[in-house]
Formats: sequence, C-alpha cells, structure tokens
Amino acid sequence: MQLILEQMPVVINALNTGFIQTLKLFFVTLIGAFPLGLLIAFGSMSRFRPLSGFTRLVVWIVRGTPLMIQLLIIYYFPGLVLDNPIWGGGETGRFLAASTAFIINYACYFSEIYRGGIQGVPIGQEEAGLVLGMTKSQIFFRIKLLQMIKRIVPPMSNEIITLVKDTALARIIALQEVIFAGQSFLKGSHGISGAIWPLFFTAFYYLIFNGLLTLLLGWLEKKLDYFR
Amino acid sequence: MPILEVENLCKTFGRTSVLKKINLSLEQGQALSIIGSSGSGKTTLLRCLNFLETPDAGIIRVNGETLFDAADPAAQKESSIRKKRLHFGLVFQSFNLFPQYTALENVMLAEKLLAAERPDFKAKKKEILEQIEAQAADLLAQMGLSNRMKNYPHQLSGGQCQRVAIARALALHPDILCFDEPTSALDPELTGEVLRVIRELADKNTTMIIVTHEMAFARDVADHVIFMDDGTIVEQGTPLEVFENPKEERTRQFLSHYRQG
Repeated sequence: MQLILEQMPVVINALNTGFIQTLKLFFVTLIGAFPLGLLIAFGSMSRFRPLSGFTRLVVWIVRGTPLMIQLLIIYYFPGLVLDNPIWGGGETGRFLAASTAFIINYACYFSEIYRGGIQGVPIGQEEAGLVLGMTKSQIFFRIKLLQMIKRIVPPMSNEIITLVKDTALARIIALQEVIFAGQSFLKGSHGISGAIWPLFFTAFYYLIFNGLLTLLLGWLEKKLDYFR
Repeated sequence: MPILEVENLCKTFGRTSVLKKINLSLEQGQALSIIGSSGSGKTTLLRCLNFLETPDAGIIRVNGETLFDAADPAAQKESSIRKKRLHFGLVFQSFNLFPQYTALENVMLAEKLLAAERPDFKAKKKEILEQIEAQAADLLAQMGLSNRMKNYPHQLSGGQCQRVAIARALALHPDILCFDEPTSALDPELTGEVLRVIRELADKNTTMIIVTHEMAFARDVADHVIFMDDGTIVEQGTPLEVFENPKEERTRQFLSHYRQG
C-alpha cells in the first residue's frame, strides 16, 4: 500500500497522458462517424439499386467482422502488402490509422441507427410538408431531423458508451492510449516495473467518463421530451 | 370558367385500377362532397390533385391553367410541382401536425419558408414575419384555438389537432381546400367541433372538396355531391338529387347502409 501511494503521482500522470489519447480517438471518431453514418444511411436507402446494394454490402462486412481485425488490416495492409505506408510512422501514423478504422466501423453502426430513425418518422410528416409547398431539404431539416434525433438518442447513447470502451482496441496497433499507458508499468516505465495495479486502475477512467456521458445523454433525452 | 377541371384522370397501382377516367369540375366558392365506400378511389383522387400521387393519364386544370397533363412530361418536374401544389390545400385524416412545433408554429412554418424566397425578404424581414404571425394567430382564433396557440400537438385533443391542421392549410390561401376524411380519426364528440369549422368555411364560400363518411354532413354542407365506386364516378348532382333521388342502383345500395345505421 505504501508503495502504491509512492507510485501514484507518476502513474496518474502517465495514465492521464494515455487517457488524453483515448479521448482524442473517441471525439475524432464521433466527429467523423456522425456525418459519414448519415451518408451511408442515405446510400443504403437509395432507390438506385447498385448504390444501396454496395453500401449494404459494406455495412454487412464492417458489422460482421471484429473491429480489431479491421484495425490491423487498415494499419498494416498499405505498408506491408501494398508497399505504400500511407499512415507514416510513429504515434501520429497509428492515430490516423486507428481513427480511420474507428470512423468507418462506427459510421456503419450509426447508419443503421439513422436508417431506423429516418424510416420511423411517419410518411404523413413528409406528405404534410410537400402539400405545404416545402422542398425536400426543408422537409428533412425543418421537420424530420429533430423527430429523427429524438428517436435515435437512446440507441445512439448505447453505441457512444460502447465506443468509449472500444477505443481500448487501438492498443493492438500500439496506440498509446490509457490501457497502453497502464500496461507499460508491468514491463517497466518511469522507474516502476512489475506493477499490475495501474492497468486495473485504468478502469476508473472509463467508468468516470462514461458516468459523465450518461448524465449528458440523459439530459439530452430529457431536453427532447417536450414533444412526442 | 370552373376553378377546377379534371379530365379523364386514371391511376393504377400495379394491376389495380384505382381511378378510371374521372371527369369533374368545380366552381369557385362551391363545396364538393365525395362519398363512397372504402377503396372506391376517393382518397387517391385527392392525393392526385395534391400531387402526392402521379396520375397515369388525364389533365388537371385550375383557373384554366393546366397544372398536370400526363401527356406532357415537362409539366411533371419536381421543381414546378412544388409551386403547383400551392393551388391546393390538404387536410389529412391523421392530421399530420409537426410534433416539435407549437400550434402557432405549425401554422406559420410553411409560410415563413415561402416568404424567405421573396426577393424583398431580407429588407423587410421583421415586418413580413410579424404579418405572418398575426395572420396565423387570427386563423387559430377563427378555429376557436386562441388559448391553445402555444401548445404542442400532443397536448391537444384530436379535434383541436385537426382544427390546427385546417388553419395550417388555410394559411397558404389555397384555391381549393381538400379534406381527406377529416373526422374519421375522431370520436363522435370531437367530430362535431371539426365539422362546425368546415361548415363555417363553406358559409364563407371557401372552395372545398370533402371526402367523408359523414353522410348527413356531406348532404348538408355540399353544393354538389359525387358518389364514387370502384374508381369511377357513379353518380353526381345536388345533395337532394344524390341523397333523395339516386338514379343508380349502386348509389341506393350504398346509401341504404347508412339509413339503417
């Protein structure tokens, strides 16, 4: 116990640095996957068969295979197979590759949630807008979007909380996120070695961050409670 | 000149022929009731007039202007259809109010969006918006909803929702206001308040087409009645002619169900 208290400041410092990388991956994934997911959702709902067929195939592959494999393929395939290391080296390269894999993976999950949200808005809403002389884009942005958001907040909350924990998968390509930071004290780092507790301790980071997110998403859900 | 002329309108869904050469005309200020059993094509006819369905054949003219001609694909572009829709207003069976907007906002929304397209909108924005709001409030007052303007649709009864929907349709000043079974989703108690509002509009000589199962109302409010069956107009005339002296056996048959009930 005495030892742990002595090690604590050093460990916390390292874990904080790792967790910043975790947060960066989390937010970059959200920022990329929110709009990309919408594009994919429109693609899969397209009346142009080749487009909807293709997007549905992609969604099937991405959702049907482990994110860990996708990470490995996206990171190693360009360099090792195509001889074209597009990601570059170092932590920046790993972060770019991880972000790409996460954005694609989460956009596919989001697209299905969006699709449910869009198709869940009754057809009468669109018809009412049309009859009132609105354009398709006015109908989407002024009428359907908010109803859609209301519908998707609960399933989205689930995905977002899963994403926080999924960022740990980036450890597989040695992205220096919080798990990586915690693990480093096993092998030895900052003069500490053979310590397993920092790895266990990372769980608190996830737990606290997810607690905050749960509060935020719950607040948003409440906010949208003013209409039905 | 009639305000509305429909010539040889046809519509099929797959192999089912829903409208078979419908011809009708309507004079300015008249109320037309369309009656008939479910599946007779009444609703499809209204949806064709409002460009929610594209007819397979036929012509639709309003004030002598050809709005739709199945033989002329140039007249069917989405961009031109949007403005043409504004000749008609449509009140739906299920109201279709926008749930995230208050009653007042529901009435104002479309008008605000249309106003934003006006060239002088930027210069006179405040004035225009105030005018729109005043008009919307006035319409809701006419519907007896002055004290409900700030309410959201889920806080209103079905009858109140439908009256908001009527105000919303009126806000754009359509040439012809269409009602698609406006009381079918309401219980009898709430039906009365909606019918009262429609009757007031008829008294003000609003040009209207009313698809309804309320026979007494159809007879009472309409200047002209059409009985449809199986996609055709079986019989038409004044309410007296159609309800009291139907010439066709099919009309008699249909009306007898209501007499018994």
